[in-house]
Amino acid sequence: MKRTFFLTACTALLFASGAFAQTAPMAGSAKVEAMIKATFSKASPEWQARIELDDTQRLCTDKRNQVSAAEAEVIQKREAASVVFPADGNLQGDWKKGYQVANVGTGGQFSDAPNGPVGGNCFACHQLDPKELSYGTIGPSLTAYGKDRKYDPQTMKDAWAKIYNSQSAFACSNMPRFGAKKFLTEAQIKDVMAYLFDKESPVNK
Amino acid sequence: MIGLSKKMRVWARFVSLAGLLSFTAGASGPLAQTPDAEKEIERYREMISDPMSNPGFLAVDRGQVVWGEKRGAKNVSLETCDMGLGAGKLEGAYARMPRYFADADQVMEIEQRLLWCMEKIQGLDTKDVIARRFSAPGRDSDMEDLVAFIANKSTGFKIEPQTSHPKEAELTAIGEAMFYRRAGVMDFACATCHGEPGKRIRLQGLPDFSKPGKQAQETMGSWPTYRVSQSALRTMQHRLWDCFRQQRWPAPDYASEGLTALVMFLNKQAAGGEITVPSIKR
Repeated sequence: MKRTFFLTACTALLFASGAFAQTAPMAGSAKVEAMIKATFSKASPEWQARIELDDTQRLCTDKRNQVSAAEAEVIQKREAASVVFPADGNLQGDWKKGYQVANVGTGGQFSDAPNGPVGGNCFACHQLDPKELSYGTIGPSLTAYGKDRKYDPQTMKDAWAKIYNSQSAFACSNMPRFGAKKFLTEAQIKDVMAYLFDKESPVNK
Repeated sequence: MIGLSKKMRVWARFVSLAGLLSFTAGASGPLAQTPDAEKEIERYREMISDPMSNPGFLAVDRGQVVWGEKRGAKNVSLETCDMGLGAGKLEGAYARMPRYFADADQVMEIEQRLLWCMEKIQGLDTKDVIARRFSAPGRDSDMEDLVAFIANKSTGFKIEPQTSHPKEAELTAIGEAMFYRRAGVMDFACATCHGEPGKRIRLQGLPDFSKPGKQAQETMGSWPTYRVSQSALRTMQHRLWDCFRQQRWPAPDYASEGLTALVMFLNKQAAGGEITVPSIKR
């Protein structure tokens, strides 16, 4: 009896320490979430609410973006439901304004003025105008985006959906869900679309 | 303590290099991809790492003064503060932080520990010190100066992540989970920018922290640093604060346990990296 108890205790200890050493607490677990709350305790309730996880963020976090095919389908279906196409059916605005949207990197930071400029900061991650040398590489190059796709109307609709909600096309994409999260306005997305698809845009030159 | 004349000489040398800085930055900026430009930037970095031309060393000197200054209700200095290797022992202490401190029953990184020592040893009301945690023109930061002074005493030491105490191991694991947590209006995690090798934002190269190795070692081994663009010495607390800002997350609480958790994880990836601080960065 005593011996059995001793063995059980040892096994339990072994398991506990083994699990402790090898398994990181799952993101989204109570411990991690409590730590997140404590780390941002001085932020306003509105700011704290901004970093609560929605279902898609939770799954991408837990899987470190490596979701299964079935999980990807769930995410893409859910996110596609949020995509809103312009009521007037016109997907393209002004490419010159679109450049501004792509070039501006402010908005949404705690250091930004409440009514200051908000941009998509596309150049931070993508190559666009081949003449602009200061571009990032987190996302793919988008040079000649419209031209290479022969300005195809269906491709334009797909691009709208990707900008509006990147995860409607690629589950756990690194790219923000600009329209769905109301970060960019419909007019701004139209202008970015023109920057990608207008024949006069430097992107296609 | 160094005299004023030596400080002025340091400045004179820095000012002469500042002209070089604008030249190098202008010439290499758009060409940062080419190996020649990379080499040029590397050469420039080596040049400005000279302690005699890095204004970060002025913070080291100021930090030494703050360390020895009698302050607080108890009117004593910080010289008996235990940074992990015993009271007042600073050589190599920063290389082994954050770590578990039995007297506080808590894992602490350097700034947390300093605040603890100010409160417990000096009986100092840290409100003013915390208000000045990040320096600005006309506003010195005791914390930045102290970190510069103490971290400098680990130059030449290798980063030794502490994991023997269960709380250290647990906090490292929590820090790792935090690193991958995607949230906010842009869905960004630390890993969005620092989860793959060879990526950049605009022209700025991004260290990959998803794997242990050279990039993590070089990054963690070069903080605190003198930021030329901010004309200030900055610590890892400031770096993480700025990361969360760009991540579109709220401002993190200064010297909070969560930031310590992140530093634990980053140091785990940087294990064995050599510390050379304060460094100097753009």
